[in-house]
Amino acid sequence: QHGRVKVKTTAQQEEEKRKEREKKLQIYVAARDACFTKRKDGVFDDEALQLTQQLLSSNPDFATLWNYRREILLHLETVRNQDEVQKIYEAELSFLESCLKVNPKSYGSWHHRGWVSARLPRPDWARELSLCDRCLSLDDRNFHCWDYRRMVVKMSGVPVKQELDFTDRLIGSNFSNYSSWHYRSTLLPLLHPQAPDTPSQCGNPPPSASPQTHFHRVCEEQLLKEYELVQNAFFTDPNDQSAWFYYRWLLGRAERDEMISCVYVSREEERVAVAFSRPVNAQSVGLLLILDGQPQRVEWQSVHPHFKNSPVWICSLPPGTISDVANEHNLTVHWTEKHSHRDCALYTGRSESWCRDTATDLELFRSELSVEKTSVLQSELQSVRQLQELEPLNKWCLLTIILLMRALDPLGYEKETLAHFQTLKDVDSMRSAYYSDLCSKFMIENTILKMEYAEVRVFSISDRKLTTLCHLDQLLLVTHINLSSNQLQQLPPQFAMLQCLEVRIGTLFFLLFFINLNSEISTLADLQPLASCPKLKRLDLRGNPITQTTNAEAELAGLLPSVTDLLL
Amino acid sequence: MRSRDSVPAANMAAEELPSDFDIVILGTGLAESVVAAACSRVGQRVLHLDRRSHYAANWASFTFNGLLTWIEEQKEESKPEKIEDWSSLVEEGEELIHLSNSDPASITNLQVFSYTSEEEEADEPNTIEEEKAAGEDAVKESSETESAGSKEEEDAGPAEEEEPAETEEEEPEADQPPTSPPSNQSEPVRKKISHAQLVKEGRRFNIDLVSKLLFSRGSLVDLLIKSNVSRYAEFKNVTRILTYRHGNIEQVPCSRADVFASRQLSVVEKRKLMRFLTSCMEETEEQTAYSGRPYSEFLRDQQLGESLQHFLLHSIAMVTEDTPTEEGLASTRHFLRCLGRYGNTPFLFPVYGLGEIPQCFCRMSAVFGGIYCLRHSVHCLIVDKDTNRCKAVIDSRGQRISCSHVVLEDSYLDADRKRTATPPRYLSRAVLITDASVLPSDPDQQISMVTVPPTTTGGPSVKMVELSSSTMTCIPGTYLVHLTCQSVGSAHEDLLPVVTRIFRTTEPQEEDRRPSVLWCLYFNMADGSALEVEGHRVPSNVYVCSGPDGALGHEHTIRQAESIFQKILPEEEFCPPAPNPEDIIYDGDNASPGEDRAAVENGGNQEENQEKEGNQEENQEKEGNQEENQEENQEKEGNQENQEKKGDQEENGVNQEPEE
Repeated sequence: QHGRVKVKTTAQQEEEKRKEREKKLQIYVAARDACFTKRKDGVFDDEALQLTQQLLSSNPDFATLWNYRREILLHLETVRNQDEVQKIYEAELSFLESCLKVNPKSYGSWHHRGWVSARLPRPDWARELSLCDRCLSLDDRNFHCWDYRRMVVKMSGVPVKQELDFTDRLIGSNFSNYSSWHYRSTLLPLLHPQAPDTPSQCGNPPPSASPQTHFHRVCEEQLLKEYELVQNAFFTDPNDQSAWFYYRWLLGRAERDEMISCVYVSREEERVAVAFSRPVNAQSVGLLLILDGQPQRVEWQSVHPHFKNSPVWICSLPPGTISDVANEHNLTVHWTEKHSHRDCALYTGRSESWCRDTATDLELFRSELSVEKTSVLQSELQSVRQLQELEPLNKWCLLTIILLMRALDPLGYEKETLAHFQTLKDVDSMRSAYYSDLCSKFMIENTILKMEYAEVRVFSISDRKLTTLCHLDQLLLVTHINLSSNQLQQLPPQFAMLQCLEVRIGTLFFLLFFINLNSEISTLADLQPLASCPKLKRLDLRGNPITQTTNAEAELAGLLPSVTDLLL
Repeated sequence: MRSRDSVPAANMAAEELPSDFDIVILGTGLAESVVAAACSRVGQRVLHLDRRSHYAANWASFTFNGLLTWIEEQKEESKPEKIEDWSSLVEEGEELIHLSNSDPASITNLQVFSYTSEEEEADEPNTIEEEKAAGEDAVKESSETESAGSKEEEDAGPAEEEEPAETEEEEPEADQPPTSPPSNQSEPVRKKISHAQLVKEGRRFNIDLVSKLLFSRGSLVDLLIKSNVSRYAEFKNVTRILTYRHGNIEQVPCSRADVFASRQLSVVEKRKLMRFLTSCMEETEEQTAYSGRPYSEFLRDQQLGESLQHFLLHSIAMVTEDTPTEEGLASTRHFLRCLGRYGNTPFLFPVYGLGEIPQCFCRMSAVFGGIYCLRHSVHCLIVDKDTNRCKAVIDSRGQRISCSHVVLEDSYLDADRKRTATPPRYLSRAVLITDASVLPSDPDQQISMVTVPPTTTGGPSVKMVELSSSTMTCIPGTYLVHLTCQSVGSAHEDLLPVVTRIFRTTEPQEEDRRPSVLWCLYFNMADGSALEVEGHRVPSNVYVCSGPDGALGHEHTIRQAESIFQKILPEEEFCPPAPNPEDIIYDGDNASPGEDRAAVENGGNQEENQEKEGNQEENQEKEGNQEENQEENQEKEGNQENQEKKGDQEENGVNQEPEE
């Protein structure tokens, strides 16, 4: 044992540590109580500043103490001269720095720092910026620091270019960083805005009509550089999602112009239905109906009581206004808030009429992904396909391919899209329901497009494994619908948008509704939304479990009185 | 600990050594120092001697001037040893084994070339004494130097050419108007650094005799962390991996960030490389199918493209064309496992040079009572004839010191007692001081590992490490470049082709952007891995340590040290963590365990101490450290430093300076 260093045993160490802790606690509690007493007594002195500092340096998340501290500082501001105040706040900043070392993610410390920086008589923003640099170099995902940085940048007018270079640096050291990519997405439009005269969508109204559409876009030259950067990231690590999300942002997401997309008028029902490009609350947006030059007092109703905001609104005209088949009527609906309006003429002898733009895929759905030029999208598709050849089972890659294909040619790529969805469901079974819903949405879009091209009012989508129904506002004019052999489990309340479907082509018209084969419609309540389709004449429910229910026929007759032809 | 003289040594001028130790260790190379630390740590009384005047044997780092002196020493012929009669110290039944007191074999073929300008470039009115001394050093050096200048280096020129003017030299931060430097070129002229300046600022160099790096998950890093020796050193990440290919220096993308940022790889190559790097971590049937066949063949069949194959074979696996697949994969995996622990490359380099590492272990040993003497050796071992065990040694002062074990560096043994590989293996080394990086970049403070594949078939592949001044091994504006390969011929023959390709040694030509060599040194060093583990003609309690081997990492040496320790003390743990100072129980009046034993520096080191004082202005940190030594309170101080850092570094375990 000679020469051997004697070391305390673990028990000895534990005991010492315990005593140490107890002592610390006593001091802490005493200081805390002293602070509370002082605050209650309205004392704002240096001693209070010291006491709170002592406590906060060991526990920077004590929000009450930060508040007290701010009260003291505000008080000191009134009794000290500016140089002294400057000194006090500078000391506060260095104290905060030590707090941030204890807990770099303390809400209280960061908030207090922001407050102090804003009150400092002569702020040193350069120092604050370098603090952010240091802090983010230690943890590039500290969102508190990112927030503070944005504040510093805003207050001190740091050049956008400098900040963009900063994100370059952070992305260079680790590109799995949403904060950096996101920051880029806010900086790029400022630094490289899209030239205002470049049309982002062919055949669209001039940009002046809707400046917000172009607000977040980036000029093409810079976009191409960004594509390259982000491709480097997802080729390096295709499993890192942050790059893919940034890529989605780059590819663009146009906001559709806000407008009245369709006006429909039915002579027999004496009703007008209006469809908007997005859900609105017609009661508050200033919707004005003018019939033959006369403003009409009408009450706009949402298609379903659930929807305060809806893309489809209806109103009844005063009885007798348009019921005479021999009369021709001119209707205008004004959306005063958006300076948008749409005319519709109801000619002699016609029982209904509508007015809308010929819908194209571009207007209807392409905006979901991109407003980029076809050539750009095409080359992007090519590179992502190249990656897919190397990584055939990467879900991000597959999903991006699907989105690009939809942006380019939804009908032409339909078969490939479906195959990719199948692969996605296999490789990412956790999200197979999400993929099914997404696929349903795309199939419905395609069916709507086909319907538009064929200029018919029949919407038929059977045996496509649909799991959800969407875009029902686009089916305003549909007369026939066939949903047989899908996997729908319920009808969404949006189904009521088909209520506007008022047809006057003789008496032959009926709404056809098939749901069968393994579908899960099993209770009457699931059929509730159909009750709001007043013209529903014929319903085919063959193959649905509901047909097994006793009294099904009688109960259905009660639920859907307008149905005259029920197949069970 | 940063300076080579900072390990306390017992002042033996005044008093005699204790005459009884558990373990006597000769040589302060890495293996011996690790054994010393490990033994002291578990309570063994250790006497650690080195006949040299510096620590770390062939692992040492020198200032520029120190290196010039070392070069001198290597040229000196070893004096024939006086056989003294020790019979008075020998008892019956004992015999003597005489040890060698010089090391003529380990360093050979030493050649120095200087390419610095000796022109008078600026007038320096005040010359202080020190500079004169430094100048004298250079004069000495010049007598051995084959002059090159602008001529071919083979023409040995007259020695005078090398002689720097003692009073005229360029001051780096001189604020005189730039009258003298001729600038006839339009592009910015690289600042010429004169020989005198190298000598004048020579103390700011720390030039390693061996060139190695620490694999961040290698056994040395593990040991440094486990034993808490890491508290005595600071490390920097090697910042980039480069390779020489098609006549150019290229960056090798190896981490995810590198691959992302790489400009020379296409996106498809990036994917292929990343996929290979991820997939090779797991064993696959495909890999097994290639076992026994060359790794290069395996790589060729992975559809990787030529540049990726080059990177993977030469820079990541760092193997040759014929290395078998399983070995290539193992080194690739080791490389990858080390990646990202501390940074973007798998390597660490100690600030102030590799010579720090053996000293850190010596310091640990001293803290736990080890006694240190430099310029002190052992003449012979006293062996008990019956048991064939070494009972005692006779030191260079003629004192008989008994001991239970002896650990010695192989150069202390006569050649006929050692068992080495035949033919003997050597390493070829070159040390260059250059004026620019082989791949300039922004920021310029890069630490680069450069792999240079064989330039001719069968030729050696060269490992090159380029250190910037951020490692505190060279002065700002210069780079220290280490080249190492297995010897085929002499160091000069082996490495000159690489040096002349990558650097320029002649006057700058138009369009030649290669870095200029200011000064360079070639030498061969015995390859430590050539020494056999067993079979030496020594008593059973005498253990032989080898010098540095040619591998990039330290695995060989650490393994050797651990196995020697286990032979000496089979029951004890190897380098358990050193306790925190607050947990140490001090009994009686001994304030600290190391204090009563660690004494002041011996005479030789005091000189160096003074030199260091001059240095203190330049380096605050060194100063702090030295004071620390003087107070002999090393452990406590060192530990406090460590705890301050702990917050940031807890996960890493090794102190590291944040990258600028």
